[in-house]
Amino acid sequence: MQKYVCTACGYVYDPAVGDPDSGIAPGTPFSDLPDDWVCPVCGVGKEDFEVQK
Amino acid sequence: MKPIEIKENIYWVGGIDWDLRNFHGYLTHRGSTYNAYLIVDEKITLIDTVKHYHFDEMMERIAAVINPGKIDYIVSNHVEMDHSGGLPALMEKIGSRATIFTSPNGEKGLLAHYRRKWNFKVVQSGDILSLGKRSLHFVLTPMVHWPDNMVTYLPEDRILFSNDAFGQHLASSERFDDEYPFSIILEEATKYYANIVLPYSKQVNKTLEAVSAFALDVIAPSHGIVWRSSVKQILAQYQKWAKNETEPKALIIYDSMWGSTEKIAYAIAKGFENKGIKVSLVNLQFNHISDIMTMVLTTKYICVGSPTLNNNMLPTVAAFLIYLKGLAPINRVGIAFGSYGWGGQSIGLIEDILKSCNWQVWEQIKNQYLPTDDFLKTTTEKIERLLTN
Repeated sequence: MQKYVCTACGYVYDPAVGDPDSGIAPGTPFSDLPDDWVCPVCGVGKEDFEVQK
Repeated sequence: MKPIEIKENIYWVGGIDWDLRNFHGYLTHRGSTYNAYLIVDEKITLIDTVKHYHFDEMMERIAAVINPGKIDYIVSNHVEMDHSGGLPALMEKIGSRATIFTSPNGEKGLLAHYRRKWNFKVVQSGDILSLGKRSLHFVLTPMVHWPDNMVTYLPEDRILFSNDAFGQHLASSERFDDEYPFSIILEEATKYYANIVLPYSKQVNKTLEAVSAFALDVIAPSHGIVWRSSVKQILAQYQKWAKNETEPKALIIYDSMWGSTEKIAYAIAKGFENKGIKVSLVNLQFNHISDIMTMVLTTKYICVGSPTLNNNMLPTVAAFLIYLKGLAPINRVGIAFGSYGWGGQSIGLIEDILKSCNWQVWEQIKNQYLPTDDFLKTTTEKIERLLTN
């Protein structure tokens, strides 16, 4: 599954890992993250992420 | 050391750092201030503190208004130590009864910095804290310019405590924008944006959107002058900078070993001049990267030149490019140029970095050993041609 990188702080969202601290189970694709999910490192929204090249 | 009243019962109680000339690599030619603000209401509130060595100065200013032991609330808009550095001494002095209001990342950051379990109250965007007659509205502004940043709005007095946003490194006894030469304030605000805020322009747009809902008489940043007569102007500047809007000007930034790269720089400059475009020649031997960034902020054409030394570019040019890339200006046109004896790798290396900034990069200009008059003439004409197309 596609990884996404936070353009503000560089955090990488890896669907295989998810974001358990924010209640996101491993295996959740980026597109299925809720709209109010924010970067667990810096707090910016989903719209500030882009596909990791 | 006296406090300065911003509005009735709201005081600037910060510190003035007259001697500061280097702020983690950013040259602060005019010093700086660390602005803390005291609100005297039913709940006495302090917004931010100062760098640790200005603590006594801040306390003297606070004590001229109230007994500092009466502070009920402290708002920490930003963890960075030029704003939170006074917290440990303050909490020690006034006892632990005061509550510290900060963002979720603010609490994490303050704990990681000072390892003390103060009485934290974590706030979210939209939370409102009543002080009595007044209230504070919190807006989280992540990555303008750290994850923890937030701003605090006081609607009853129409003041935005904006922390680092809208700040300038400028030491002065004058506290307001109408008391000091405006061109200097704007120059320092420009330098501040270019060197601190620029990489987070996307997040600045969001902050501007959130702030646009507020009626504003005063923007009280954490560095420099307080905006009260030019609030609209600084907001308009931020809009422009956050959009990476540039002017059709050219910067030619270079270093040279035996004067050949410099000759190419001047030939390029001539091409821009001939097309009526204003040019600045910036020799890295005499210009600091933080000053150059101020120019980059509003400039469309960025030409970078270096001779080849040890199969690489000169270290001065490399330092500038690393700094430039991190600050991430976009919508620029770049050109790499330089002279070389053998190898000639520097020009390609510069070009790679300019391309990695996602700029439009024009064909490189490269010359072995000393450029002839013909080569220089061709270079000037090439620039003219590129500008015509």
